[in-house]
Amino acid sequence: MIVAKQKDIEEIIEEVKDYSKILIAGCNECVTVCEAGGKKEVAVLASALRMYFMNQGKDVKIDEVTLERQCDHEYLEEIRKMIDQYDVVLSLACGVGVQFLAETYISTPVVPGVDTCFLGVTEERGVWSERCQACGQCILARTAGICPVSRCAKRLLNGPCGGSTKGKCEINKDLDCAWQLIIDRLKELGRLDDYEQLTPIKDWSTERAGGPRKVIREDVTQ
Amino acid sequence: MTETKTPSKLEKILRSGHLAVTSECGPPRGSDPEAVTKKAQMIKNHVDAINITDNQTSVTRLCSLAACIHLKLMGLEPVLQMVTRDRNRTAIQSDILGAASFDINNILCLSGDHQAFGDNPQGQNVFDLDSMQLIQTVRYMRDEGKFLGGDEISRPPRLFVGAAANPFADPFEIRVPRLAKKIAAGVEFIQTQCIYNIEKFELWMKLARDRGLHEKVFILAGVTPFKSAGMAKYMKNRVPGMDVPDEVVKRMSGVSKDKQPEEGLKICVETIQRLKECEGVKGFHVMAIEWEEKVPEIVEKSGLYPRPKME
Amino acid sequence: MRLSYPTNIRIICLPCTGKVDLIHIMRAFEKGADGVYVAGCVEGTCQFNTGNIRARKRVEQAQKILEKIGIGGERVQMYNLSSSEAPRFVEIAEEMTDRIMALGPSPIKLARKKKAA
Repeated sequence: MIVAKQKDIEEIIEEVKDYSKILIAGCNECVTVCEAGGKKEVAVLASALRMYFMNQGKDVKIDEVTLERQCDHEYLEEIRKMIDQYDVVLSLACGVGVQFLAETYISTPVVPGVDTCFLGVTEERGVWSERCQACGQCILARTAGICPVSRCAKRLLNGPCGGSTKGKCEINKDLDCAWQLIIDRLKELGRLDDYEQLTPIKDWSTERAGGPRKVIREDVTQ
Repeated sequence: MTETKTPSKLEKILRSGHLAVTSECGPPRGSDPEAVTKKAQMIKNHVDAINITDNQTSVTRLCSLAACIHLKLMGLEPVLQMVTRDRNRTAIQSDILGAASFDINNILCLSGDHQAFGDNPQGQNVFDLDSMQLIQTVRYMRDEGKFLGGDEISRPPRLFVGAAANPFADPFEIRVPRLAKKIAAGVEFIQTQCIYNIEKFELWMKLARDRGLHEKVFILAGVTPFKSAGMAKYMKNRVPGMDVPDEVVKRMSGVSKDKQPEEGLKICVETIQRLKECEGVKGFHVMAIEWEEKVPEIVEKSGLYPRPKME
Repeated sequence: MRLSYPTNIRIICLPCTGKVDLIHIMRAFEKGADGVYVAGCVEGTCQFNTGNIRARKRVEQAQKILEKIGIGGERVQMYNLSSSEAPRFVEIAEEMTDRIMALGPSPIKLARKKKAA
């Protein structure tokens, strides 16, 4: 899922301090799972902001809503009737949701409340880590299910580099060396000989480098 | 002697069966070329080729290509070190042509230390290619005379292709397969990480020989003299991929501070003497970081002076 | 034991302090509480294993937020004691009361009063 982290409250306050009618919009999917922008986080943030403004002597209306998702037109409709009551929407959805909300309600300012970080997994409650870079050309079949593009700091396709130490990456002792993981997995699968196959130069044009991307399924478009 | 594929003097020496000696210079953090040319002057009669590092440790320095050009203009034999961290394939091919336009004939293909170590940890990195793919690229440009995109190159580069090998990094079990992979990619000479754990290096060489790899690539053993016990400890504990056995550190700490440089040089020369006997070692890469003035002494005391004259 | 403790404390009973969520602490302050403390079992003796640990982490989180919005993180505290330690209960009640008295009324309470007037 998309993993995000709530922004520091000081940063959020800086963005919304001049408004007097704030709608905090959470999202029930990814940001709920990574505990950054779901219903609970919306409630806590709303309470904190109410108290902040009260302490400042300012009269600010702060309401809460949590949409199923903010990346589909249908779910964004839920706030159409109420949005004009507010002069800003503080969206705790990922960057995708914030933008789609802004595109849908063009006359209401929208500010983000989380930093969108990466595509990743829940290793355990409270710990999320990156797994995918959305390069557009998945090579996981060749690398025993472990991605060197997202998990190697140098995205080496023929790694490891000479800095791999005791299974950890040279830049951070807490980071697993992706290539160590790949080699270990290849061993478990009895495929260590595959290691010597040279991975050719990658086509990065399907990644961010090639420009903003789109996927279309002709068979289901209307 | 097997036929040379390039005008490289280093290639000639290796293919004629001589032990080659290379060294390296780090460019300055400024634009004064004398910082490189002076070092090169000190060592030029004691080495066959001089590597110029490429923003080593991700610290911004005068670029390797420019420094190599200065050396070439002095009549010396540079080895262009190129990392894939900072350049995409367009810039890589372009810089290769730039080197070739000055008839620089040696290249060392590296991935590069991560920018987190350097002076621009907030910068982007590129890694459009990795070191193996860079080896393939140079060979393709040289032997097919084409750009990666397929177009013809007018006056293709004639570069002798090298890469690094680290017998001491983890995991050990793939370090020889990795050498095999680089050979399959087209590498022609290897410079290893500096050696202190001679046993481990000899084991790696044995495994390489078992696969016949020592005959498919010229392996140059890397050596670096310790200037002090402090340096030995630092390299043991703080440099990734470095293997410094306790006995070596003890040996350095066992002498008084003023005698440590001498001891460090002794260890270095002993290492070279021992590895001369190691089958498959075709030369030495002497990396005397910030101590280039000792290279002549090391080369002489190791019995590697004078250097063979090649036409 | 029929010990007496300060009368300004409102007790909310829970089966385990693990039931305290961050929002409960926040709402208490939002409604004008001058201080909040969470009294849980001694660490290691929680019947539900880690309920009191979760509570402590939530209290710490609340402290951070309250500090950042200018209310003051010291107004919320976590305490651990066994349910049989009545004198300790009194001690904590007195300690917390003293702390809050020294800090003065919560700025939220004052703001709410002002608004109501």
